[in-house]
Amino acid sequence: MSEARTGFLAAALLLAARDLRLALRRAGDSLLPLGFFLVITTLFPLALEPSLSLLRDIAPAALWVGALLSSLLALDLLFRDDGQDGTLEQLALCAHPFAGMLLAKTAVHWCLTGLPLVLVAPLAAGALGAPYAAMPGILAAVLLGTMALSLIGAVGAGLTLTLRRNGSLLALLVLPLAVPVLIFGARATALSIAGASPAAPLYLLAALAVLAATLAPWALAAAVRIGLE
Amino acid sequence: MRPAAGTAAAATADAADGIAADGLHLWRGDTHVLQGVSLHVRAGECLQVTGANGSGKTTLLRALCALVPLEAGRVCWRGCDVHLDPLAFRGELAYLGHDNGLKGDLTAAENLHYAVGLRRRVTRDESGAALERCGVPALRGVPVRRLSAGQRRRVALARVLLSGASLWLLDEPGSNLDAAGSALLSELLAAHAQAGGVSLVATHQALELPADAQRRATLQALSLTVAPVMA
Amino acid sequence: MAWVWFHKFGSPPHFYRLARRLTPWLGWPALLLGLAGLIGGLVFAPPDYQQGDGFRIIYVHAPAAWLSLMVYSVMAGSAAVGLIWRMNVAHAVAASCAPIGASFTALALVTGMLWGRPMWGTYWEWDPRLTSELLLLFLYLGYMGLRNAIDDIARADRASAVLAIVGVVNVPIIHYSVIWWNSLHQAPSVMKIGRPSMPASMLVPLLLMLAAFTLYFGALVLTRARGEVLRRERHARWMIEALGASAGGAGAGSLAAHAAPARGTP
Repeated sequence: MSEARTGFLAAALLLAARDLRLALRRAGDSLLPLGFFLVITTLFPLALEPSLSLLRDIAPAALWVGALLSSLLALDLLFRDDGQDGTLEQLALCAHPFAGMLLAKTAVHWCLTGLPLVLVAPLAAGALGAPYAAMPGILAAVLLGTMALSLIGAVGAGLTLTLRRNGSLLALLVLPLAVPVLIFGARATALSIAGASPAAPLYLLAALAVLAATLAPWALAAAVRIGLE
Repeated sequence: MRPAAGTAAAATADAADGIAADGLHLWRGDTHVLQGVSLHVRAGECLQVTGANGSGKTTLLRALCALVPLEAGRVCWRGCDVHLDPLAFRGELAYLGHDNGLKGDLTAAENLHYAVGLRRRVTRDESGAALERCGVPALRGVPVRRLSAGQRRRVALARVLLSGASLWLLDEPGSNLDAAGSALLSELLAAHAQAGGVSLVATHQALELPADAQRRATLQALSLTVAPVMA
Repeated sequence: MAWVWFHKFGSPPHFYRLARRLTPWLGWPALLLGLAGLIGGLVFAPPDYQQGDGFRIIYVHAPAAWLSLMVYSVMAGSAAVGLIWRMNVAHAVAASCAPIGASFTALALVTGMLWGRPMWGTYWEWDPRLTSELLLLFLYLGYMGLRNAIDDIARADRASAVLAIVGVVNVPIIHYSVIWWNSLHQAPSVMKIGRPSMPASMLVPLLLMLAAFTLYFGALVLTRARGEVLRRERHARWMIEALGASAGGAGAGSLAAHAAPARGTP
């Protein structure tokens, strides 16, 4: 028997490969949050009026509320299956730091649910009247924002792991914590649309994403362990 | 809370061997589930933990692998407290719970590859051999969700076998297994004990094992008493 | 030496007795200081030249807002202590803080809205301080909701402790991001060091009310925590003995038969 122990990085990559393969086998599941985002973005013009100049003003709000709500929806995909079939438990018992493995899982989750949002958001913004020059700023903002949202949301998902399927509790836990992301992200989007430089809120958003990436794994490991008891 | 008479002395004598638990206390809500449970299972031994439903067998196993936090007590693996180096301890243990720990959308072979791959590199031949040993060689390319409960359990056993871990903590491994499956389980445990491994099995149906390898403990309502096996 | 004290404090019977003795020492001074502060603020302080008599609601609003933040910190701190040192008492204190903090936050919001009406012409204006108080209220409600949703008390303690710690890291971030988002509200005039922009006759009653609210919180949390400890330790021997002594013979005998060592006690 080959006794070479798998290192942490190799194990994390293997876990990521597993999750990707699983997601590809159920491709529909990962694309649902994207569909939800597009539906919400469509609701705003329907609720107001189809004039692009008005929509341009509310475009940051519509985009970011949509991003927030669809990432909430996507959180369901993160731990539910693994928690139910016992694989999350096995992950807690593997010989690698649990926080690191969960970070790998969250990263894959972001690639599957956040990255499509990043690619589609500029198009949705265009549909709401944003000029082409605003696209890079919007792209950067949604990129950083969805990363931070995935991490913050993962902590919430870990805390509500074994509870009855009560999406409202998860929303109540995650949304207040996500407010700074919303504020800076929407501000960056608004500045981009207005033609000004979105650098200041983008830096703050990047700081939030880095903070989340550093602190969330530990909170996540603690929360999931409590959920597995 | 009554550990068997000889256990305490034996525990200090050769504590640097196998798994030893000392004075474990655990509450679940208001129930004092583990009341000062102590045990010591040496290399080459298999401890069967029997008891009525709800007597705490699952809780004991989960407490030993630190899935459930203990209120009091120590767990030592090969003489070292497991809290000092949890990663090393986890690297040497394989746990089989009520759930099989298998992904339904992956095939049996893929499950083994990903699950055991976190621990050590596994070749296709090795996973094939493990599945064959557990009596399900033809199922390697079948998605697990299409297998019956008994077949899934066998795949899960293959995972435990392939992991190469020294300590096996198995919770009701014989559930859903037919008579052939139970015989297989006994063989696997005997072989593991032969190779110097340690196993704790929670079961309500006693398994047949060579007498020198086996001890049976009964987890009665809230206490653990260890009895020597009648040969 | 300090550690001995620390762990003794964490023992439920010791905490129970200490809390009972300490509560009147916090409650009565709170009442007196509160009366002094209210009289000073409502009667003796001169009307503000800009806002007239309407500013006087600050004597309730500012202490309530200050306390809503402080209680969250106390809650997170005791939750962290409970998580790290496995102290049931600390978790009981954290659980007791939550409804108190939520009430102070609601009070701050309501008084803020009542203050806003004559000042801004509208009850709600999305100014940063009130908006961040509203978000703090949601954090409290989330904490209480999570506690409620988990059946096993110990797991609920641990999960909500993680949530409280995550929340306390986020509270400054949320607070400053909301301020950054909007700069309508007047700058906080009490917390400036060196040159408060309020005259002493206005400031002193405010500080008295602050002290009164804090002492009142102390008395409240100790009382609630005693109730929490009572609920959690109801099967413990020390609790049954303490109650059995006052309950009389017949009940005490059967209760004592069920007594068991309580979780968390050495």
